[in-house]
Amino acid sequence: MAHLETPGTLPARESELRRAFLSQVDIVPGGERLRKCIQCGTCTGSCPVSYAMDLSPREVIARFRAGDIETILRSRTIWICASCYACTVRCPVEIRITDLLYALKRVAMGKNIRPRQFPVYALSEAFVRSVKWFGRNYEMGLLTEFFLRSLKWVNLLKMAPLGLKMLKAGRLGLFPERIAGHADLKKIIARAEEIEQPREPVPVRAVTDEVGYKAIQS
Amino acid sequence: MEYTYYPGCSLTKTSKPYDLSTRAVFRALGLGLHELEDWNCCGATVYMSVKETVSFSISARNLALAEKMKRDVVAPCSACYLVLNKTNRFLRELPDLNAKVNDALSAAGLYYGGTVRVRHPLEVLINDLGIEGVAAKARRSLKGLKIAEYYGCQIVRPQRGFDDMEFPQTMDRLFEALGAENVYFPLKVRCCGGMLMTTANDVAMKLCHDLIACAQGNGADCIVTTCPLCQMNLAAYQDQLSAKFGEDLHMPILWFTELLGLALGLDVRTVGLNAHLERIPEKILSLAA
Repeated sequence: MAHLETPGTLPARESELRRAFLSQVDIVPGGERLRKCIQCGTCTGSCPVSYAMDLSPREVIARFRAGDIETILRSRTIWICASCYACTVRCPVEIRITDLLYALKRVAMGKNIRPRQFPVYALSEAFVRSVKWFGRNYEMGLLTEFFLRSLKWVNLLKMAPLGLKMLKAGRLGLFPERIAGHADLKKIIARAEEIEQPREPVPVRAVTDEVGYKAIQS
Repeated sequence: MEYTYYPGCSLTKTSKPYDLSTRAVFRALGLGLHELEDWNCCGATVYMSVKETVSFSISARNLALAEKMKRDVVAPCSACYLVLNKTNRFLRELPDLNAKVNDALSAAGLYYGGTVRVRHPLEVLINDLGIEGVAAKARRSLKGLKIAEYYGCQIVRPQRGFDDMEFPQTMDRLFEALGAENVYFPLKVRCCGGMLMTTANDVAMKLCHDLIACAQGNGADCIVTTCPLCQMNLAAYQDQLSAKFGEDLHMPILWFTELLGLALGLDVRTVGLNAHLERIPEKILSLAA
């Protein structure tokens, strides 16, 4: 890790990612508890999918402290979290780990960083589009688009028997249904996107002082 | 008692039986469900992870519409229940976010004051009618049926809600009162993998294997769930699971409202048990006979 060689200072790129992450932490109630981590590993031990992660949840916080957010953002970990919240409710210092992983996901998407060959990103995008267009999640369209974009068409074929079964049971909608207040919803989304755009530089002092990085370059 | 009903996207199609059985059970128990008019997607966990203000605004549109109805909201889908509650909590604790979201809502002439209670049907039955109140209306006994109650993640976590986060008991007590026998099922709040079934299939398959193998090993006739995605993951891939792990991992996975509906005297079609992907054995179907 070249950028870890100078204790106390971070390269511009890492500073930028760190600031982006901390501004996301800021919008999680109690997000600042991140600094209370005692590295006990209860999160990792409680996580049903930590065995499939390249960085364990405990290591994610250790990497953050070490000033290496880029590695976290490139990991499969943030995308493999299934949102079961087992870590969050067991953490002895009440760090909202699941929400912090969401914060990291948002940074990764915002900075266009994605792990290789891992398709959650594509599913998220398709989902967002579906809600924008119809107001509801059009499951059939979502899954079709997902399989076509992120995997190969043969995978879509593999899903065909299940799709037919669902169709027979009357549990698959072939066509999307658009909500009546769709125009209103669009207005709300447009306004929210406008509001979301300018994100103030965050007050990073609280977190950085205790972890030893006072020298985030601005 | 009257409630505003928020079915959520899954219940309109892929989890249709959960929708049918929830409505039927409430009707049978004399509780009124009024579907929220023109509701939209709750925001869901995926959406949460992308754009925060946008996802909270989408979510809050439902709450703003529901607030006008002045009734508690009933949300059967675990993800909807979590997301709508999370939106409520974040808007309460973060004044900045509240201002942004209400600004966005005002584009459609809406305002959300933060007064809506979002509740899960299981909790409504337990607290508003009580286990004895529900059991008093039962017309059939579930005696002889062994079940593994599976709560999943999102109705018990991340906040302390109506039941314990590690060892919930509400559903166990309910079905016990209806005559069923509960098997030892220590994985009752373990994750099924959620949407990893689509994005990281191997991981979710292992989690589903563990859940079914545990319930089977402890002698359960069926697993009873409270969540659309748990039911889907456990029920839809039983052929693939069995082939992958070299074990017979077929077993019925019911929504709790379906089994409750049978106990209340409803028939198989009314609760949607005819629209399952996995085989429902005679032992369960004959309850409705």
